[in-house]
Amino acid sequence: MLQVEKISTFYGNIQALKEISFSVEEGEIVTLIGANGAGKTTTLLTISGLLKPAAGQISFRDKKVDGFPPHEIVKLGISHVPEGRRIFPRLTLLENLEMGAFTRRDKTGLQDDLKYVFDTFPQLKGREKQVAGTLSGGEQQMLAMGRALMSRPKLLLLDEPSMGLAPMVVQGIFRIIEDINRQGTTILLVEQNAQLALKVARRGYVLETGSITLHDKASSLLKNDGVRKTYLGE
Amino acid sequence: MFLQQLINGLVLGSTYALIALGYTMVYGIIELINFAHGEIYMFGAFVGMYLVTVFKVPFVIAFLLAMVLASLLGVTVEFLAYRPLRRSSRLAALISAIGASIFLQNLALLVMGPRPYTFPSPFTPKVYKTSLVTISRVEIIILVISFLLMIGLTFLIQKTKIGKAMRATAQDKDAASLMGINIDLVITVTFAVGSALGAAAGVMVGIYFRTVTPMMGLMPGLKGFVAAVLGGIGSIPGAMLGGLLLGIAEVMGAAYISSQYRDAIAFAILIIVLLFKPAGLIGRFMQEKV
Repeated sequence: MLQVEKISTFYGNIQALKEISFSVEEGEIVTLIGANGAGKTTTLLTISGLLKPAAGQISFRDKKVDGFPPHEIVKLGISHVPEGRRIFPRLTLLENLEMGAFTRRDKTGLQDDLKYVFDTFPQLKGREKQVAGTLSGGEQQMLAMGRALMSRPKLLLLDEPSMGLAPMVVQGIFRIIEDINRQGTTILLVEQNAQLALKVARRGYVLETGSITLHDKASSLLKNDGVRKTYLGE
Repeated sequence: MFLQQLINGLVLGSTYALIALGYTMVYGIIELINFAHGEIYMFGAFVGMYLVTVFKVPFVIAFLLAMVLASLLGVTVEFLAYRPLRRSSRLAALISAIGASIFLQNLALLVMGPRPYTFPSPFTPKVYKTSLVTISRVEIIILVISFLLMIGLTFLIQKTKIGKAMRATAQDKDAASLMGINIDLVITVTFAVGSALGAAAGVMVGIYFRTVTPMMGLMPGLKGFVAAVLGGIGSIPGAMLGGLLLGIAEVMGAAYISSQYRDAIAFAILIIVLLFKPAGLIGRFMQEKV
């Protein structure tokens, strides 16, 4: 579904990604794990078009998408939940969700999607008029994910959904991530919490200072000595 | 006397409010003070005057056409003077804005010449008198149109899809583009709407004072900016409030202190606001971001 081939991305003179290649197949949860600054977020930003790769190619459902502006990429079916959630703090919860459906034109579809989001995140229900900035961290994460689902993506990019959340809340979020996947959305998950990410994912890639150093089934990575030592703190 | 001055202040202030909205909307989206905005106002007044006097177009149509053509000018200025500098420093864009303002002023001087033009009143002058206040038909029309435009803008911003996209873009550009919002399009719409409001003010001031000159945008442009800062730059209700308050302050100052200080009052207010409440009356910009 998503093919990333030899992508290099720069911030000014600093090369953040060095010819990385990986793929995501339809229906999978794939995770990119790695330390802070390894290039995980940069990878997602490059896929969703907020950063332009200097070299390499990205294709989505056999269509070349690198170099497209972000708003075009959303239309193709890739939705990105950015690091730090980035909800619109002074819009209401409902307005945030409406923004997520910006590319959609049909009114009835919008109602169906709202229902789907509220079914997936029952905690958000009944709070449509609340200003989003006043939600708790976990609720903001749910809103950010719900907002991304409003465009009915085929591929969902999740950047650090566990960031800054209490362990209990994180468990809930990850259960929902699995739910969303079971309902047919393919997921590319970036996480510092490698343990959790590898538990829900089918395959994993390890990123180190801008290069992919390891790729395997998630269950094997969980058993890998190097991974255990570096990323699972054992 | 006081009530009369209050009405005069509201009439003047509602035109400032319309100008201030253009500044504040653009600032909210791209954090640029569009100093060419006063010239858009001037352009609107000229278009309105020309259509009415030379082409004998009915006033309502001239008014709407002035708004449309000024929108196109505003969008063009953004495209030529600001868009290429989008990724440069804010200072570069600001200098470009001042350059665009000077260019448009001089272009108007070149094309129209320095003499003032008469904008004949499209309405039969009529004055309504009560024991307390006197108000002319033109003043009533200015108040009504201004408030209708402000209500219309509020509806656009609060309720429509593009309005919500504008607010989302003002809050987080990258996140907005991840929603599928075309940021360039939002910026274009912002300039178009802001310019249309500025032109509406220009035409109304034109029929109020019955004159149109190439330099007429300079002072109202600066005052619209002061009004936007007073209300809190980036805030739409702030610009409306700031405009009305500035108009009232100016008229009151002229009436009770001295009319010679008329223009000084606006800038004294600017200095006071920047010293004591730089975020403005209901602004949120310039506050520490947490």
